[in-house]
Amino acid sequence: MKWRWILPPVLLAGLIALLLSINPAQLLNLNAPPLESLTVERTVLNHDGMTLQVRAEGSEPMKIAQVQVDGAYWEFDQQPPGAIRRLATATVQIPYPWVEGEAHHVVFLTNTGVTIDHLIEVALPTPGFSLSTLLGYGWLGLYVGLVPVSLGMLCYPYLKVLRQRGLMFMLTLTLGMLAFLLVDTLQEGLELATEAAIAFQGQALVWLAATVAFLALLAVGRRRGKSPEGTALSTYMALGIGLHNLGEGLAIGTAFALGEIALGSFLVVGFTLHNLTEGLGIVAPLLKYKLRWTTFLSLAALAGLPAVVGIWVGAFAFSPHWAALFLGIGAGAILQVIVEVGTYLQRRLSQPDGSELSSLGIAGFTIGLMVMYGTAFLVKF
Amino acid sequence: MLPSGQRLREYDIAAVEREIEVAPGVFYPAWTYNGQVPGPTIRATEGDRIRIRFANRGSHMHTLHFHGIHGARQDGIPGTLEAAPGQTVTYEFDAKPFGCHLYHCHSLPFKRHLHKGLYGAFIVDPDPERHPEQVEVARSRVLGTPENQRWQELLMVMNGFDTNFDEENEVYAVNSIPHAYMKQPIRIERDRPVRIYLINVTEFDPINSFHLHANFFDYYDHGTTLTPTLRTVDTVMLCQGQRGIIECSFADFEPGLYMFHAHQAEFAELGWMSAFEVVA
Repeated sequence: MKWRWILPPVLLAGLIALLLSINPAQLLNLNAPPLESLTVERTVLNHDGMTLQVRAEGSEPMKIAQVQVDGAYWEFDQQPPGAIRRLATATVQIPYPWVEGEAHHVVFLTNTGVTIDHLIEVALPTPGFSLSTLLGYGWLGLYVGLVPVSLGMLCYPYLKVLRQRGLMFMLTLTLGMLAFLLVDTLQEGLELATEAAIAFQGQALVWLAATVAFLALLAVGRRRGKSPEGTALSTYMALGIGLHNLGEGLAIGTAFALGEIALGSFLVVGFTLHNLTEGLGIVAPLLKYKLRWTTFLSLAALAGLPAVVGIWVGAFAFSPHWAALFLGIGAGAILQVIVEVGTYLQRRLSQPDGSELSSLGIAGFTIGLMVMYGTAFLVKF
Repeated sequence: MLPSGQRLREYDIAAVEREIEVAPGVFYPAWTYNGQVPGPTIRATEGDRIRIRFANRGSHMHTLHFHGIHGARQDGIPGTLEAAPGQTVTYEFDAKPFGCHLYHCHSLPFKRHLHKGLYGAFIVDPDPERHPEQVEVARSRVLGTPENQRWQELLMVMNGFDTNFDEENEVYAVNSIPHAYMKQPIRIERDRPVRIYLINVTEFDPINSFHLHANFFDYYDHGTTLTPTLRTVDTVMLCQGQRGIIECSFADFEPGLYMFHAHQAEFAELGWMSAFEVVA
């Protein structure tokens, strides 16, 4: 009886041992060279030259033998030196006198002669980590995150005077906005995923994180047997929007550090208008309730402050696979809120006066989508 | 004049970062000698002493590297007479051999320092006294002599600009401005001979060329001989850094436009297209 329990693990161990001792490819007389691949996860440009953080993803440990910049060989210093194991990282410092505002092309030449390209599109000095840059980026985060979300939430008194129909309209409007944010967050996550090392399967990571986050939040929200309403619903909404804003912050922080955008006042105004509408959404489920200041502040912080964190991480410690993971979670959180707001609306619509509200609901949803899409014109780059 | 009887020629050259308009509406962040691309032409007679005070007013290291005969300490390469930003260094050497030469920056990264605009012409005229068997020819090359004034002399530096830094030129020209001599042809009096100092500093493309319409010319590779190295040709090919002297005549030609351009059609259509307007 017992051997039935022992057999599977023993056979598996035996099979692995067999495969490791005889290379199955040899049976086919295949003798392919090891795969070599390298991903640059971070680029730092300063007066000492350029420093690149690379992650190896070869099938075997790989060696960077030479480095070219703009078609010329340069000296470089690799830390830690030697072969880079699969999925390990190393830092490559090149004392190259890069030129501000211009493009530079880096090529890694491995010991087997394989080349791996990396393009620095616009060379700009990377902000050093100091209290002043930290504060500067912090302020930027507050401008694009906390300030507009809070402003939107402060419209609470205007919404409070709305009657039943107005309230329905606001909730469907919110639903439209959330639908836009879901698409936008997923898209952002999938785009970043392509920059991550292949082994991390960035795109799958986004979808899986979204699914798990959605199911987990749904389960937590309904642990008392009914879907959340009021403050609880607003909190989930703030969480979802907060994670979206984290992604927005990441995008701004990295783009800034890489010199891909000049964040002029126009862009700040754009983010303010775009994120203002998010604030409206957060307070929409609260219109029937009495709102306390502490609740208001914590919801604003939950939705707005992640932008600050995002910008910091984006500017100082960016890795595409972590960013993809967080954006996946954000997408899941937004989907959960969509489902819960939808459930709440469905309950309302099934009441006697519900049917006449459906066309109003469609209008609200469409307008919500359009407002988000329209204001996104100001901030997409 | 130096006590030895040698003529001393002194120059001040500064490396300056400057945005130049390389085509209508297209601005390029160039590195220049004295604010111009190509840099100022240095013209001397064989055996003159050249002294150049070179000030680096840019933000990168720069040098002056002359194509000529000089000692290793005057070579102008990284570590040798290389001027750091804000620094001034002095180059001093004798002008030789006679011919059509060039100077350029030799700091690293080399390619970028060249294509950003740090190059210019270095023309050394032969000293007639040193070439007794060809005094007349030599004298015609010495700037300012009566024999020389008969000639219509032109300097053409074939260059290009990589405006998006992808190691491929977006514009080609002689003397930086694409199509400039097509839109305003160079006026040539047909009864006076034409001498062109031709220098190729094009980066990225291994060769450039010069082709003249409806006429043939004699060519002196590097300009270091007084007899042509190629006779009766209408096209010459120059590798990067190669140069030479073209001599031709439009005597008895029908007045009108005579084009000249790179015979790489690609370069021609991207700007290296020009014309002479031959007048009677």
